[in-house]
Amino acid sequence: MENQAVNRRLIPNRSDILVYLKLAVVAVVWWAAYSVLLPVTQWLTYDVLRLARGSHLGDAVAFFIYDVPKILLLLSGMIFLISILRTFFSPERTRALLGGKRQGIGNVLAALLGIVTPFCSCSAVPLFIGFVESGIPLGVTFSFLIAAPTINEVAVVMLYGLFGWRVAGLYIASGLIIAIIAGAIIGQLKLERYVEDFVWQLQAAQGGFEEKLTWSERISRAWDSVKDIVGKVWLYVVVGIAVGAGIHGYVPESALVGIMGKQAWWSVPAAVLLGIPLYSNAAGVIPVVSALMEKGASLGTVLAFMMSVVGLSLPETIILRRVLKPQLIAVFIGVVGLAIIITGYLFNWVM
Amino acid sequence: MVNIKILGSGCANCKRLEAVVRKIIAAQGATAEIEKVTEYAEIMKYPILSTPGLVINGKLLSAGRIPPEADIVGWLAQAAAPA
Repeated sequence: MENQAVNRRLIPNRSDILVYLKLAVVAVVWWAAYSVLLPVTQWLTYDVLRLARGSHLGDAVAFFIYDVPKILLLLSGMIFLISILRTFFSPERTRALLGGKRQGIGNVLAALLGIVTPFCSCSAVPLFIGFVESGIPLGVTFSFLIAAPTINEVAVVMLYGLFGWRVAGLYIASGLIIAIIAGAIIGQLKLERYVEDFVWQLQAAQGGFEEKLTWSERISRAWDSVKDIVGKVWLYVVVGIAVGAGIHGYVPESALVGIMGKQAWWSVPAAVLLGIPLYSNAAGVIPVVSALMEKGASLGTVLAFMMSVVGLSLPETIILRRVLKPQLIAVFIGVVGLAIIITGYLFNWVM
Repeated sequence: MVNIKILGSGCANCKRLEAVVRKIIAAQGATAEIEKVTEYAEIMKYPILSTPGLVINGKLLSAGRIPPEADIVGWLAQAAAPA
């Protein structure tokens, strides 16, 4: 066992070549699968299963058989690329980049770095302590903590796959703006006294934990995170698309205009409230919402719902309660919730 | 004896990392002192922003992920070797 470890260090070339080879093979298979997806799934639905085109069942089955592999392929491919990008960033490096930045420019930078920095809400507490202890303003820290989970790779890729790049882009842009503005407001309110006292008394170690990575290590890590993330969400994706397919096939056109359309003023705040407890199902919620939009739900309401599902998550607020007093938690939820509601109305009004 | 610390407050990956480390130690038939550090005051003494963290003989070796087993084996071999 010891020899193995030593060999790994001494002769890196052979395992590097294996990593590159594996990547090339996977890339070719991925591309081939993605290009034959539409004809194969059509053939399966209409020729093998002999379902009639235009029938309720035929539509629902075609939707399901095509969308499940498409979304899973897109998720694996895009998460791989995003994870490669993320190996160039780390929370430690982000903290160094944010050090000494003032409100304003700091909020913008923090929100942008929130997109690319690897982040898990389970690490929100050490990250929060490490940021504020190193002198990063509270508002800037919040801009990061809002952007990082909201603009997450699973949500963005699924929006791209099911709604197209325009909606995915709008989602990213409004997520960024909400993170910047909400962080700036929290900073202006001077709420440092509502951070739990022990945070200020801690002696957090400064300095970074830096790793030098080779390209084959970056590829292996990205590979691991694809397996990890897709392994976690695939079931939600399948169930979500199944429900979405049912709606697609059976719910009549424009059935939802009255309750989720632009005319229903209360639909945006209702969507935000409904979204808060749904965090773990973000992957399953998007296909359902995509089908709802087809039936008359409006874009602003739908975007507000999704942002509330991923950005205002109950588990993350519970974790943050360890370092924030209830007053600050309330301000956080209030400010972000309000920002999402305004964004929802704005899209309903503009589009 | 090698001292191993797993830094992290009960996250899923923290438990998985601990299991991996225990498995490697058991497979080697080695003895090691494995500590779980769950208090943020203690965790933050290391330059760490994401959990789980792996500390062997006082040195922080990985943060925010579960390192490949081969890496852990390598670090343990280094730590056990007389300086």
